[in-house]
Order: sequence, then structure tokens, then C-alpha cells
Amino acid sequence: MTTYIDQGKNDTRSGYGAGMTELGRTNPNVVALCADLVGSLKIQTFIDENPDRFFQVGIAEANMMGIAAGLTIGGKIPFTGTFANFSTGRVYDQIRQSIAYSDKNVKICASHAGITLGEDGATHQILEDIGLMKMLPGMTVINPCDYNQTKAATLAIAERHGPVYLRFGRPKVANFTPADQKFEIGKALMLSEGTDVTIIATGHLVWQALLAAETLENQGIRCEVINIHTIKPLDEKAVLDSVKKTGCVVTAEEHNFLGGLGESVARTLAQHLPTPQEFVATQDTFGESGTPEQLMDKYGLNNKAIEAAVLKVMQRK
Amino acid sequence: MANTQELQDLVTQVRRDILRMVHKVNSGHPGGSLGCTEFFVALYNEVMELKEGFDMDGNDEDLFFLSNGHISPVFYSVLARRGYFPIEELNTFRLINSRLQGHPTTHEGLPGVRIASGSLGQGLSVAIGAALAKKLNGDSHLIYSLHGDGELQEGQNWEAIMYAAGNKVDNLIATIDRNGQQIDGATEEVLPLGDIAEKFKVFGWDVLEISNGNDLEQVISGMKEAKSRTGKGKPVCVVMTTVMGNGVDFMMHTHAWHGKAPNDEQLANALGQNPETLGDY
Repeated sequence: MTTYIDQGKNDTRSGYGAGMTELGRTNPNVVALCADLVGSLKIQTFIDENPDRFFQVGIAEANMMGIAAGLTIGGKIPFTGTFANFSTGRVYDQIRQSIAYSDKNVKICASHAGITLGEDGATHQILEDIGLMKMLPGMTVINPCDYNQTKAATLAIAERHGPVYLRFGRPKVANFTPADQKFEIGKALMLSEGTDVTIIATGHLVWQALLAAETLENQGIRCEVINIHTIKPLDEKAVLDSVKKTGCVVTAEEHNFLGGLGESVARTLAQHLPTPQEFVATQDTFGESGTPEQLMDKYGLNNKAIEAAVLKVMQRK
Repeated sequence: MANTQELQDLVTQVRRDILRMVHKVNSGHPGGSLGCTEFFVALYNEVMELKEGFDMDGNDEDLFFLSNGHISPVFYSVLARRGYFPIEELNTFRLINSRLQGHPTTHEGLPGVRIASGSLGQGLSVAIGAALAKKLNGDSHLIYSLHGDGELQEGQNWEAIMYAAGNKVDNLIATIDRNGQQIDGATEEVLPLGDIAEKFKVFGWDVLEISNGNDLEQVISGMKEAKSRTGKGKPVCVVMTTVMGNGVDFMMHTHAWHGKAPNDEQLANALGQNPETLGDY
């Protein structure tokens, strides 16, 4: 299998910040908003370099979404910033009516997504956000896997018209995709070819999938590992092409098994190519306080869980 | 700009449009629409600085956002009669496949509408965003918005109200339709709003009141006074007292006609009180 090297741990939210810094310098229409979390969203450099293009809304996320919608009337490309739970559930109707239904070119940038938010606990750890956002017509949903990919995604979404939900995380994790990658919205990335099982992962679980594939290779199981960063629109062709070859699927995401990447893949397969599938995801539960690593272990969101799922699904072929 | 008699004729004709629109589909919101007819006629024909032609790029002209989107009938009628789309299209209000959706939206591309509204409390935020964009673009035109008084019960409004004052969004004029009514009764019985003007003042806005929002000349002079107060470091709020259902005697002084269409007999009565002026669609 293809080998990937960790170039040095970094947090995906810093990739967002780096992307914003570059957008600040290259795209004068890009503006940023934040709800009292500038440090967490890593946008201080953007603010320092573009003070007139930054809007601090305070602890008022509903207002932030509406202001973002209004800014597009006048040609701005607003990037909103707060934690993922405050970016979605808290402001769902605002996104639905003022952004999605009104087709406003707003980029909803959601940090600290999933359980790896860590010690703050379940009130802040959202595991439903992919589900919420993918169910809005016209919303693009992206969950990049590492610092490099998050930066590239941030740049890419500024180029394409339409509302986007960009989800990234708090902890430093492996950074293994190319620094100069050109991010293609909606295109699944084949990371490693195989014939025995398809592993489709998103976000933090992509690196875990690669770790699992390496271990399984040593057991003679050849895994095809696919990074789906864009849950919506889903690259259905990539999914079906791979599954035709392998005959079984494991999906892996830092999200509830309800409503996430796994169910999107399952819906596609059910319609076109019914296939045994196992879901590495949280089991319809809230999170809790802990370190990101402890939580990934406890909630079954790591390479070991993926390995077990592969062995299980191969039995079902 | 038209003279007051021409505008008054337009007011009467718009009332007819509202009544006929909601009657045809037996649904819609006549009460608030009638109450704000003078406001809309004044805004689109006397107060707002609008470009020739109806391109929707939003640049170099005043913009308006309707936050209490359920009064779409008056909005559609005034837009149509101003030239944004054919007057005959008012026939399609709330019909399937129509551009004139029950609550206004950009989704079908209806000219004149810049944001979907209907779920309350969101329009002031949007208006602020548009106002901020105008400042970034060096565009000295203004943003106007309209809100229901009951609508102010939605918390998001107060986030926006804090923001606008705290950030000196002084190219914004938000008008509150103070008709004292909402679906379940008088606002002061459902959830008391108290002194709205005072609340806006304390939040840092410059506030003026139009005590009779159904007197066309008062509305025009009030909105022009509001205009003169922009650009001075504070957003401007107009608290405009109106009577729901104004122009139709059995619809006035009650909350009953918020969302109810007149039947055939009631329609005939209402139209009798508002004779045709500019011509029915």
C-alpha cells in the first residue's frame, strides 16, 4: 500500500487560519466573522492584516449568520467562525432561511467539531453536525482530514458560489497530505488501492484508516482507503467503483452513526449496489470530558475500531 | 416623485390588490399588509433612492428588507406597481409553481426580493450585513427594514439591536410596525413589549416615532426625518403606530385578520370601501 508520512502534528483549525490568512491577502471580497472565539478559530493574523474586513459579533451566533447573509448582498464572501455546535444546531433556522433557502454565498466554518473537542465535554462536542447540514438543500458539507487539506479546502470554497459547511477540529493530529494540494470540492481521494475491503473515512478518521490499513496489510488484507472530505455532494461514482471491486465497506467518521458519512454511503449502496457495511462512528450517544486520545479510544473512533470493523464486514461478504 | 393624491390613489389600489390576492387563494395575511400599505407606498415611491431598471446587484441604490415576511401581499403589490415584475403576476400569489410564494423568497428569482423571510426575527441581522457591505464598498446609500412589533419577541432581534448600535451601523433605518397585535391577541397580553422606543434608545439607537402610520403624509415626512438622522454614528429606528387592517372597517381594531382571508361577501364589502383607482390586475 501507499505510505504516508506524518509531516508533523498540527491542528486542522490552524489550517483554516492559514487559509484565511492567504485569502485575506489574495481575495479582497473575503470577510470574516467570529462570535467571541478569535483565538480558537486562529484568525488573528487575518484580523491584524485586514481589520476592516473582520466583524466581531460577540456571543450572538444567530445574528452572525444573518449578518453573513446580508454581507453577500454587496458581493462579499463571508466566512463565519465559531465552534461546530454553535455553528449548526444553535442557529439551524437562521442557516436554513437566511442562507440555504436564500442561496447566500456564506461559508460556515466550524471548529472544535466532534468528540476531540475534549475536556469541555458534551455540551460542546457536537456529533450531529454533518447530519444537520447535509439535510439542507444546496449546502456543501466538507470535513478535511489534516492541516494541509483544511487550508486547501478553505481556499477552494472561496472560489465556488454557494453555501458551505466546513468542519474541522481542535487537537493537533497527523499532517500527511501534500502542502500544495489543489482541493477539489466533491472529489473523493483514493489514498491506497486494495481488493479486499473499501474503507471510506473522513476528517480525523482518515489517518486512523491508513494506520488500520497498514496493520491489516501485514495480515494479508488489502484495503482500499478512500478519503471522502466532501460528504455532500457525495462522490457516488468513487464509492461504487471501489465497492464493485471489493464487495464490502467500512465507513469511519467522528460523528454519530446516524446521519453522517456512513448513512450517505449506505443510501448510495442501497440504491445502486447493496453491500455489507460496518460503521465506525459514535453509537447515538453524547460525548464526555476527556483528552482527545482517550475519547477516540473510548468511543471507538480509531485504527483499532476500523481494524475490527474490517474483520467483521469481511465475514459478511 | 408623485404628488400626494397620486400616492393616495396607489394606496387604495394596493389595498384592493391585497384583498383580492388573499381572497383568491383563501389564505395569506391581510391585516398587517393593510396596516403597512402607506409605509410601503411611501418607501418605494417617495423615500427610497432606487436605480433606473431593476438589476438586482444591490449596488448604488437603497435596499429594503422585509423581516415580517408574512405581509408579502403588500410587498408584492408595491413591487409590481413600481415595475419590478408584471402586475398581472399578482394573480399567481401562493399558487403552485409561482414566483409569488406565500412568504417572500429569493428562491424563484422574483425581482425586488433579496432575502427569504417568514420565520421571524432574522431580517435585522440581514439588514445589518447589507449595511456593512455598503460601507466596505464606499456606497453611501441606505438600508431600510421593516419588522413586526410582536416579532420583537424573537431574541435574535436584540442581538442585532445591540450590534448595530455598538458598531455604529448608521446607514440603517429599521421601522417597527407598532400595531399592538399578534396572532393570539394584543401584544401586551401575549408578551408585553413595553415602551419599544425607549428600549431602542437605551440600546443606543436614534429613535423617532410616527404616531399615525396610516397617514401617508406623516409617513413620508417621518421617513425623511429618519433619513436626515443617518450618518451620525447611530442606527435609526422608526416606531410607527399603525392599525392592523387599515382601510377595511371590519378588519380594524382586532387581531383577528392577521392570517385570515375574506370570503366572497367580505371581499365585496372591503372592495366597496376601496374603489378602483389605478386598475385591478
